[in-house]
Amino acid sequence: MRISPNFVDKIVKIGLNFQAFFTVGILIAIVAVIFFKGSPYLNLEFIFSSPEDMGRHGGIFSTIIGTIFLVLLSIFIATPLGVGTAIFLTEYTKESWFTKIIRFGVESLAGIPSILYGLFGFIFFVVKLGMGWSLMAGVLTITIMILPTIIRTSEEAVKTVPRNLRIVSYSLSATKWETVTKVVLPSAGPGILTGIMLSVGRAVGETAAVIFTMGSSLRLPTSLMDSGRTMAVHFYILAREGISMEKAYATALVLVLSILFINIIAYYIMNKVTSKYS
Amino acid sequence: MIKKALTKEHFVKYILTAFALSSLLFLFLIFIFILSEGIPLFHKVGLKNIIFGFKWAPTKGSFGIFPMIVSSFLVTFGALMVGAPLGLSCAIYLSEYSGKKLKLFLKPALELLAGIPSVVYGFLGVIYIVPLVRNFLGGPGFSLLATSIILGVMIFPTVISISFDALMSVPKTYREGSFAMGATKWQTIYKVIIPSARSGILASFILGMGRAIGETMAVIMVAGNALRIPTSILDPLRTLTSNIALELAYATGDHRLGLFSTGVVLLVIIMILNYIATFAIRRRVLK
Amino acid sequence: MDIKIRTEELRLSFGKREILKGVTVDVYKNKITGFMGPAGSGKSSLISIMNRMIDFEENATISGRVFIDGEDILDGEIDEVHLRRRVGMVFAVPIPLPRSIFDNIAYGPRLKNKNSGRELRSLVQESLKKAFLWDEVKDRLNSSALKLSGGQQQRLCLARTLALEPEIILLDEPCSGLDPISTAKIEEALNELKKEYTIVLVSNNTKQIARITDYAAFFYMGTLIEYGTTEKVFTNPSERKTEDYIQGKFG
Repeated sequence: MRISPNFVDKIVKIGLNFQAFFTVGILIAIVAVIFFKGSPYLNLEFIFSSPEDMGRHGGIFSTIIGTIFLVLLSIFIATPLGVGTAIFLTEYTKESWFTKIIRFGVESLAGIPSILYGLFGFIFFVVKLGMGWSLMAGVLTITIMILPTIIRTSEEAVKTVPRNLRIVSYSLSATKWETVTKVVLPSAGPGILTGIMLSVGRAVGETAAVIFTMGSSLRLPTSLMDSGRTMAVHFYILAREGISMEKAYATALVLVLSILFINIIAYYIMNKVTSKYS
Repeated sequence: MIKKALTKEHFVKYILTAFALSSLLFLFLIFIFILSEGIPLFHKVGLKNIIFGFKWAPTKGSFGIFPMIVSSFLVTFGALMVGAPLGLSCAIYLSEYSGKKLKLFLKPALELLAGIPSVVYGFLGVIYIVPLVRNFLGGPGFSLLATSIILGVMIFPTVISISFDALMSVPKTYREGSFAMGATKWQTIYKVIIPSARSGILASFILGMGRAIGETMAVIMVAGNALRIPTSILDPLRTLTSNIALELAYATGDHRLGLFSTGVVLLVIIMILNYIATFAIRRRVLK
Repeated sequence: MDIKIRTEELRLSFGKREILKGVTVDVYKNKITGFMGPAGSGKSSLISIMNRMIDFEENATISGRVFIDGEDILDGEIDEVHLRRRVGMVFAVPIPLPRSIFDNIAYGPRLKNKNSGRELRSLVQESLKKAFLWDEVKDRLNSSALKLSGGQQQRLCLARTLALEPEIILLDEPCSGLDPISTAKIEEALNELKKEYTIVLVSNNTKQIARITDYAAFFYMGTLIEYGTTEKVFTNPSERKTEDYIQGKFG
């Protein structure tokens, strides 16, 4: 007997429905587990006191500060580099062998896994340049790691700015750079910001590239040459070495909430900026 | 009339060119330093003895990483077996069946999930998946199966969002044309939409593979890190990435060079995968 | 009469496609000169050479000369940014920048470092008045320019050009997308503006050319067919082609 196509159609539809909700369910479950297991141990003291006894007791304050230093400094360097590269590629050159090579370089960087960034940062910054395990080595490694994301998202954002706006700007006697800073970048701002936020999220959650460059000292870093520990690294060590499951869950919750927070801010800014003049 | 005096413009252009070149410089540095540390050992021990060697005892002069190469491919393949069909059918559901509201909600939700740190996935794997495997299927629980499941879930967002984009870029007229011929929705999807979006879907799988093969910390946590080729999906295993991360902190001398050799092999595999992925994506654009 | 712009044997091609085939024409100071002709006649390209906006078109090759006040602006040494302050342009489609009305008008002046509050404000007001838009927007200078109607947007673009304090204004079919009332307002504004500025109006609306220009030029396939006072061109054209075009037989 031949099965009717309409019957197959119905079965597929039911199957896909079920399966989509199953998949989404798994993803929701991940967030839910972290939330319910972590929230009993999460309080202000956990956030504002530093870890003691390898993290068995106390909070995660020094790792929060370590994360903030690492992420802010990396973004601070990577943003001008990345946005500048995107501007160069879209505004200052025509497509040529030169832009092809640069794009190839960016794509290749984007594909390199974080452990290789860790390996490179370790041998180059930590060992060869003699920085030792330090905030500086971590920042430079993470900067290179997030650069391709910022370049690609900025380029996409810059490309969506209508050509007309540029033409008008030039006709009003603007130079190229004035057009870029006054017309292109403001219009592409939300898109660029989204890319930056994605990079922030990636840097916050990164472990492999950080642990071999910034190290894992639990002390509060006070200079660029100090080692330090980020939340993600702390969480990894807590969980891997079985130091404390409670602290691990609570740290995971802070990590996930930070990522959520960063995403929400990105959306908020994006909506606010795009709705202002439209 | 005023003559050209655009020195500032020229200055800006030079700066931006330098910025753009920095990416190439970084890529160059990464290659140079990983290769210059990793290659010498290939000379000393022999390419064959490293790539096809079975024994990893770096302090005793054995640097065989063949089991790790095999393991890396096994977990990547496993991740794809879990993540690709689920991710693709989710993407099909989203692009062809779901309403607009659900799409609007799910896009940011997926981005959020893509942002969850991989260590969190690894941790949940240790807590939930590993005991499940141990209790129901036997073995130590730390296994190829557990790793595949965790990596499969991790590559969901990548697979879903890229194949979703590919499916959405299939022109509406294709669908209408197919319906007009009397095809059912599933026939349309199966015979028209998926074939047209083929290279984009393929690209999503390859990028997912790239993420899986490069993943480190989550794998360390659930793979068990045993130094042999697994003979069943319940055996523990060690990937190239885990090998580097497990030993880099304390390795010295030839041992450290051995880890860089591991890095070289990983780098080569990744570059080949990237090249294939770019090729697949470019073909999609050309069409 | 003073000649403000003179082109000599001006040729333009995009790749192998010839757009202008040797155009020699004079534009007189403080007059409105109309360039008319069917699509593809090269009239729009001609004015985009006059302020070097043509530079942004890919693979355009130009030969011949264009003089403004006797100076060749196609000379590679000329600062095209400075040139565009002297030669303003209004495009066929109104393109407000995505910012407030005030900031749109102030865009050009601010580039010249005219930032001081009072001076800038009076320049903006002046420009809006000259474009016949002031009364409609004086209470909402800080609201988005994108909220204006199409006709208002085009007058905003005119005002924005005026704020550059140019000597010449080039208008590229400025009324092509506008209703008759908005068109009338722009024409009224142009009539006032010619006292201070030299105006070149590109249009394929022959009635509009007849209404408001002092001189009219008819282009066909990249060649200047006829040029003279508007009265002469419209009442007693010397070329058959011109007559056919004006009577609407093609175009």
